[in-house]
Amino acid sequence: MKPHRRKKLGIIIFIAAGLSVAVGFTAFALKQNINMFYTPTQVAEGEVGSGQHFRIGGMVKTGTVLGATDSLKVNFVTTDFISDVPIQYEGILPDLFREGQGIVAEGEMDANGVFQASRVLAKHDENFMSPEVKAALDASGASAENHSPVATN
Amino acid sequence: MIPEIGQFSLILALCLSVILASLPIIGAYQNNFLWMSMARPLSAGVFVFLGVSIAILAYAFVTDDFSVKFVAEHSNSLLPDRYKLTAVWGGHEGSFLLWTFMLSGWMLSVAIFTKSMPLEFVARVLGVLGVLITGYILFMLATSNPFARIVPLPPVDGADLNSALQDFGFIIHPPTLYMGYVGFSVVFAFAMAALLSGKMDAAWARWCRPWANVSWAILTLGIALGSWWAYYELGWGGWWAWDPVENPPLITWLFGTALIHSLAATEKRGVFKSWTVLLAILAFAGSLLGTFITRSGLLTSVHAFASDPTRGFFILAILGITVGGALLLFAFRAPLMKSEFGFDLVSREILLLSNNIILVVSAASVFLGTMFPMVYQGLTGDLISIGPPYFNAIFIPLMALLTVLLAIGPYCRWKRTSVAFLVEQMGKVALASLALGVVVPLIVTFEFSLVATIAVALASWIVLAMLQDIRNKTANKASRLKGLRSLSFSYYGMQTAHLGMAVMLIGVALTSAFSTERSVLLAPGQDVGLGNYVFRFEGAAPINGPNYVGEEASFTVLKGGEAITTLHPERRVYLATGTPSTEMAIDAGLFRDLFITLGEQKEGESWSMTIYVKPFVRWIWLGAIFMTLGGILAAADKRYRRLRRRHTEPSREQSKSKPLGGELQASS
Repeated sequence: MKPHRRKKLGIIIFIAAGLSVAVGFTAFALKQNINMFYTPTQVAEGEVGSGQHFRIGGMVKTGTVLGATDSLKVNFVTTDFISDVPIQYEGILPDLFREGQGIVAEGEMDANGVFQASRVLAKHDENFMSPEVKAALDASGASAENHSPVATN
Repeated sequence: MIPEIGQFSLILALCLSVILASLPIIGAYQNNFLWMSMARPLSAGVFVFLGVSIAILAYAFVTDDFSVKFVAEHSNSLLPDRYKLTAVWGGHEGSFLLWTFMLSGWMLSVAIFTKSMPLEFVARVLGVLGVLITGYILFMLATSNPFARIVPLPPVDGADLNSALQDFGFIIHPPTLYMGYVGFSVVFAFAMAALLSGKMDAAWARWCRPWANVSWAILTLGIALGSWWAYYELGWGGWWAWDPVENPPLITWLFGTALIHSLAATEKRGVFKSWTVLLAILAFAGSLLGTFITRSGLLTSVHAFASDPTRGFFILAILGITVGGALLLFAFRAPLMKSEFGFDLVSREILLLSNNIILVVSAASVFLGTMFPMVYQGLTGDLISIGPPYFNAIFIPLMALLTVLLAIGPYCRWKRTSVAFLVEQMGKVALASLALGVVVPLIVTFEFSLVATIAVALASWIVLAMLQDIRNKTANKASRLKGLRSLSFSYYGMQTAHLGMAVMLIGVALTSAFSTERSVLLAPGQDVGLGNYVFRFEGAAPINGPNYVGEEASFTVLKGGEAITTLHPERRVYLATGTPSTEMAIDAGLFRDLFITLGEQKEGESWSMTIYVKPFVRWIWLGAIFMTLGGILAAADKRYRRLRRRHTEPSREQSKSKPLGGELQASS
């Protein structure tokens, strides 16, 4: 093999090895960090394993938002109009968090069947419903238009 | 009547673009001087008509013409004038018009600042850009006409601009980001023109470099502005969220960064030719991907526009045709691009290659993390999301590796560098930066932190290596000052951008390691401590803005018992939509930010709130500013200007090897 060919081969092997390591690490990191999304009905039916970190989405059930007076704890119920899941969150809710609004929460179920949210997301654009919330409502057969004043698109 | 003129002007721009997309490129093939020379005036025409269009849309906003649907949906008679004007890019239709207008602006600049290049080449570049802009204007007219009217009964008042957008950041972030984004279309067009002509020598790389540098610099600034805005507007103290819409600009930026480095090797040494072209295509694809993700409504994100699926398909079609066509052309022409391979295993070429591999792998993993949920949903129907830990796990080690190599790169010579020389030069630098990494964080914070040590060591590594390199380069001159003046703009540009990387690294690492936050409930007169600071809540009072009402809280911040500043976070409700909005109060400083977000009023007079102390957070954006300056300095290098004044020596050379069209450039 000519020297420059050998050098070229060396570089190609170097790149290929680097890439495979990168791909391996990436796949591993990806696998570790996937958050599944569940609808309240799926949660109620027990599809979620215990201790699993996941996302839940639905509407904030009207009349269920209860803020503690002496701390930042907030309790509310999210619903896909078939099943309800109680959620507890400690912190400041997003500006657009309102009753009847679609939200996505991230966290896990505790032993009492309350979803302990580490993050609550509400959309900034009030005309927009998150695809996840929409999917949750579609899955429950409840059309968003019948229930929600926010789904205008 | 006036909005119809805007739409008519858009149609005229489309007609000109169609001609621009065809005649000059055909002219370049048939060596038709007349057709080629039409490229410049046509570009100017497209610019003018799109300019008229966007000006008319702005006029409709300023005059509260709510019969125009887009205005009715994104403005309100109470909206302050500066936001009325900028509400032009407050929604999908108008922001796409801005995007298209930006492209025409770049086209005009190409038409003006390419006097030294052969007309044939310029005709192809502008022709390719013409193809793109034709697609964009068609898209606008077909699916997202900003001038559509509400007939027969226009609303009395508009729905108002999204309250999160009523902010200074909104005035500057979208235009800057778009300008940078779209700039990569120009680089793409240069690469395509080179492929079309079949002349894959170093000339196109040299012509392209200033454009790539400027686009890159503006994109850097645009992303940084977005990060800064998100930081102070969204109110959770973060500056980067790995949001699916933040990622495409980053992907574009990573490809763009790889590209400007690879262009250097292609221009100077004639290596990596096909790779450079591929990167130009990828960077451009990244920018289109961003448009697609934002406008197709496929993803949950703070950025997504309310949308309908036809738009997504249309953009996907544009993406498929342009990128697919480009890759096809690339495949046909690749055999023409023979790169020389005359370099050793320790050489600047290898370091640039490593830089490229790291950046491309980073871009690919960000791309994977962004698109995976979409693909997964398409295949299984299950909804998933990929959290920030994935991105951090991949991105941080890769960037650390990149910074290690970044300091060595400028030392290495082209073709071959002796390892002994590198060790001699870098050994002391390595020891010194390790020492600084251990000592500096200890002195500043009195505690050991691995993150801080690594960050300070890596940043010192870059800065010390840089100083040493400058000293070497000026050592043989009569005086240090003379030496410094003899170094080129592009050298200073490179070093400034690299310095920016060091500054940003410090910011990112120290903010992540030492930020503290606390969510509390306070009644007036109560205080809370965080770090070395005490925040005293003085009370809240109602306020009235032009288009909102709300409450403003007052805080006194004490350090060591002395009041250092007062902060006034607000909680607003916008009148037209009833949307609540929190306005952060920030006391910014070079070494720390103090930051309060107001929650809501609880029992009595007490309020919930989150208080943050964020050390070194400003350094993140300061680093980006250095990078931007670096990119612009490099583009301002004398040799590009010299090139313009003289009559195109490089193209003379190649015209020998090219049968046609070589003689025409003299007349341009």
